[in-house]
Amino acid sequence: MPRLIFAFVLTLTLSMMAALVGQAQETATPAPDRSATGGAQTLEDILARQRGETVDSQFRSSATGNPDAAAAITQQLGTLGGQSDPELWRALRYNSADLRVSAGGPVAGVLVQDGGMSWLTFRAGPLRQYGGWLLLGTIGLLAVFFLLRGRIRIDGTKTGHTVTRFEFVERMAHWTLAGSFILLGLTGLLTLFGRVAIQPYLGKDVNSLLLIGSKWVHNSVSWAFMLALVTVFVMWVAHNIPNKWDLVWIRQFGGIIGKKHPPAKKFNAGQKVIFWSVILFGASISVSGLSLLFPFEMPLFAKTFAILNDLGLPQWAGYDPLPTVLAPQEEMQLAQLWHAIVAFVLMAIIIAHIYIGTLGMEGAYDAMGSGEVDEAWAHQHHSIWLEEVQQKERDKLASSGATPAE
Amino acid sequence: MKAMLAGFALIAVIAVGADFALERAGFSSQDRNSGADVRLN
Repeated sequence: MPRLIFAFVLTLTLSMMAALVGQAQETATPAPDRSATGGAQTLEDILARQRGETVDSQFRSSATGNPDAAAAITQQLGTLGGQSDPELWRALRYNSADLRVSAGGPVAGVLVQDGGMSWLTFRAGPLRQYGGWLLLGTIGLLAVFFLLRGRIRIDGTKTGHTVTRFEFVERMAHWTLAGSFILLGLTGLLTLFGRVAIQPYLGKDVNSLLLIGSKWVHNSVSWAFMLALVTVFVMWVAHNIPNKWDLVWIRQFGGIIGKKHPPAKKFNAGQKVIFWSVILFGASISVSGLSLLFPFEMPLFAKTFAILNDLGLPQWAGYDPLPTVLAPQEEMQLAQLWHAIVAFVLMAIIIAHIYIGTLGMEGAYDAMGSGEVDEAWAHQHHSIWLEEVQQKERDKLASSGATPAE
Repeated sequence: MKAMLAGFALIAVIAVGADFALERAGFSSQDRNSGADVRLN
């Protein structure tokens, strides 16, 4: 089973990456007859591009002259250095010219970067579309689930006795992470959807104002998110190591479906899935976010792709090797798309987490609200943890010589 | 509730602090990507 899950996650990840990169890769089609133009592009090539069809531009992008076979400087056309003017312009067009700039670094050396169009198309198309549907679909599914299952109530009556579920510092770290994530999610959505969801209705001025504010909030609040993410990881990682009780919890669907209350320690298997999703996806969002915060200084993808190619993973999943030479701008474009895709997945998970922590389960909010949960709730959802807490209290009382008031 | 408010207050403090610190450390786009030869104002 774990192997199956691993294979699924791996395939999903690679498919997403291939989809991103596939935008920039052009599929090979049989070469059309270009003898009439001497190998240059034909009217049909131009029309095909205008129709939005994929044209293999290898015949143009590689026709950039050959300085090594240049005529001697004393010969006819020798002064061109083996490259005609069209060949030089083609090299600039496909970013293969031997270009040197005196300022601005590698970024300034890219004069034409057509990957930008693929990025824009993907961002304005599938990213908004699938991302939006993912969030709406999650909310819809939760609404259906709520209508079918209703609120998960505490069986019987509350005992009136409470136990401390989370200390102040734990709750504060949780709310720092939660609050910052919600702010980042909302400002991220404003940035992605503002042009289509706000500008047509409220006007450019309002959209602009929201975007300027979103940019400041997103860039600045990200540091609180990263700090809280590390804090939460350190505080709770020991409690989130999988154990045998997780299998029992999964077998009984966590008591979410049905009436059983599977035993659990401090965190059950469902909460562990949330924890590891937050940590792993949160870390991935943070790294790609840092790459975006410091433009062109933290390129991630060319190196990652090289490692994946060396491992043979894209080939194993049936894809061509991923590109390992990327323009600085392409690195930023991929970082932005990856950042948004992983953020969408985490937002969907967190929406479900918010549902179960508030509306979906009676007594769950207290754990993060006041930190005190009723013993009946604790017994039904975290029975092993409750026994451990009560045992500790008994040991403490015994060592102090006091008699518990029962 | 207190923990929640404390967490939200911490977000505000870190956000303002990060913005101030990065600005002071010269990490604004203006500082990183332009020079004396570029007139921005």
